[in-house]
Amino acid sequence: MGDTANETPGSQHEYAGTRVEQSTNELAELTSKDYQFGWVTDIEADTIPFGLTEDTIRLISDKKGEPEWMFEWRLKAYRHWLTLTEPSWANVTYPPIDYQALRYYSAPKSKPKLGSLDEVDPELLATFEKLGIPLEERKHLAGVAVDAVFDSISVATTHKDILAKKGIVFCSFSEAVREHPDLVRKYLGSVVPANDNFFAALNSAVFSDGSFCFIPKGVKCPMDLSTYFRINAAETGQFERTLIVAEEGASVNYLEGCTAPMRDENQLHAAVVELIALDNATINYSTVQNWYAGDVTGKGGIYNFVTKRGKCAGVNSKISWTQVETGSAITWKYPSCLLMGENSIGEFYSVAVSANYQQADTGTKMIHLAKNTKSTIISKTISSGHGNNSYRGEVKVMPKASNARNYTQCDSLLIGDQCGAHTFPYIEVHNTTSNVEHEASTSKISEDQLFYCKQRGIGTEDAISMIVNGYCKEVFEHLPMEFAVEASKLLSVSLEGSVG
Amino acid sequence: MLEIRNLHASVEGNEILKGINLTVKAGEVHAIMGPNGSGKSTLAQVLAGHDAYEITAGSVRFLDQDLLELPAEERARLGLFLAFQYPVEIPGISNAYFLQAALNEIRKSHNLPELDAMDFRELLNDKMELVAIDPRFAERPVNEGFSGGEKKRNEILQLAVLEPRLAILDETDSGLDIDALRIVSDGVNKLRSPERATILVTHYNRLLNYIVPDVIHVLVNGAIVRSGGKELALELEEKGYDFIREELVAP
Repeated sequence: MGDTANETPGSQHEYAGTRVEQSTNELAELTSKDYQFGWVTDIEADTIPFGLTEDTIRLISDKKGEPEWMFEWRLKAYRHWLTLTEPSWANVTYPPIDYQALRYYSAPKSKPKLGSLDEVDPELLATFEKLGIPLEERKHLAGVAVDAVFDSISVATTHKDILAKKGIVFCSFSEAVREHPDLVRKYLGSVVPANDNFFAALNSAVFSDGSFCFIPKGVKCPMDLSTYFRINAAETGQFERTLIVAEEGASVNYLEGCTAPMRDENQLHAAVVELIALDNATINYSTVQNWYAGDVTGKGGIYNFVTKRGKCAGVNSKISWTQVETGSAITWKYPSCLLMGENSIGEFYSVAVSANYQQADTGTKMIHLAKNTKSTIISKTISSGHGNNSYRGEVKVMPKASNARNYTQCDSLLIGDQCGAHTFPYIEVHNTTSNVEHEASTSKISEDQLFYCKQRGIGTEDAISMIVNGYCKEVFEHLPMEFAVEASKLLSVSLEGSVG
Repeated sequence: MLEIRNLHASVEGNEILKGINLTVKAGEVHAIMGPNGSGKSTLAQVLAGHDAYEITAGSVRFLDQDLLELPAEERARLGLFLAFQYPVEIPGISNAYFLQAALNEIRKSHNLPELDAMDFRELLNDKMELVAIDPRFAERPVNEGFSGGEKKRNEILQLAVLEPRLAILDETDSGLDIDALRIVSDGVNKLRSPERATILVTHYNRLLNYIVPDVIHVLVNGAIVRSGGKELALELEEKGYDFIREELVAP
């Protein structure tokens, strides 16, 4: 399951697949929601022709001035991709994607010289400012370094100098390939191999940019690092990679945000994120995903097919994923942890919203490979309108993982009577000293709760927002403050008008 | 303050209220008593604006407004408070947060400035002391994991914070042990004032030993069949509701 495309969804492991439908009168009606980030930046772009061949890969690699090893790596991934078929086990439906009808590279023409924000196209600075991500030095977000990715390339990375003094590398992926080839070669594909699954192979072949971050031994990153992904060009896929390495004793908080214009056609976003934590290292990775979700009739929106995986390679290492998924027409995503170091810890905290016609099939994999490893999974799904939300998670305890512990809690909240919530947990245990717990609940916002709030003077919309936020609290607690506020606002916007 | 005229209400085609007439003035405490299924809680829910009930006839005026025209939240903002028989849980939202949101909605509707977290906390602490509630209540999620008695006390805390003009207490005494009953009653008594009115909906008259009403009404089969002073409660205690039923069938 999960990120492995060649496997069928193993129904023999599935012990609970539930579909629950809610029916209430008042909560039924669904109106539109406003998407605040749906505008397009008018900027001249350097785009390549539609379609994908070996020549396309060569073209992308050349545009980025890559060394030959990088090109060879891409080519190998591409040739493998050709042998794969698109996975169909996820609980989502969409028309077939014509991979030859996509454009695999689009970059704003006035290409910035990296390192100097003064040379970034003012139109791009304005774009990110409008998104609430000011890149100019004087306006920097307090305490957060940002890598801004616009379509296929990184346009700016802030605070690089301060970070460099500590030996921290935080830059675009392209720059990393040029400036730190040894590090990239050592870790690229070490967690998500190029042949891992259909979308990971595609990404490995055509990825255009992304963020690279390296925290050396013993360094606690003095500020949060973040990447903001913006899709702008039409009919273009975004394929970016993020690679984060925390050496022995290092720690870092990483934040990721995403938006895209409103368009009637679907757009593909297939990213790969790899995290590596060595001995005693900690990586906290938070995502607030707000890609355009399509309109009220389900037209348009981003297909968010993403492979995210972290490797707790060292003893006492810890990787924590926190995600708030409010956007995208379809989300297919399972941030996972390979717990290879003794006493290592994997965590997954998720809120996934499916409103209107959104579909989400998301969850995690926790693979316990060493002694005393611990994992926690808290998944909260919210479905409204015709939204369809599936939690799919795998907990696997391998023979050497004595005393492994897992706690899983999957909650589903339903608003209205047209939406669906499903839970697909897979549990595989090969060590008798381990302890795996799974709890699941399905609830709906009840008429009683709404009436109670209204009787205290709180209007329907505010009451729903309050009840939903309360439901998500266990996840929001794990987000950095500003992100938690943002997530809470997004949730309110996503569910606006979800009751009649 | 509240004037109910010939109020008829039904749910799913069954008429529950069959012509209620009731006038409540500021400063008064009224008790509505009656056997199970007589329509006491329905009356409370109808006044609060629960939309499961259909009003088929009659009128209700509250503070010179047509109450039945207003949605539930506007009735609350106008000053009508219902202490629920079965208070509802809201997981993940603290009592303090919930009450601050509610109070500020009410204040906004009266063109008063909203209270910030600091000012609100001060007010909340005072009110918790007034109704003898453990300060830790503030941080607990609304009614989640509360015992029956704690939920009822929490309703009284909300009553104290929101300071409504009319408080309707729906079976607030049910499920309370004698200590909790005294605490809840003390809270209600402390909140009595010339500007405020209270309607106690209750099945038993033991509550009335603690909160002494000005008027007692007996509700039977959807209509008020007797009204009187507090001595009516004693008569009911002695003879049960049957004597009223017998009076009704007698020619």
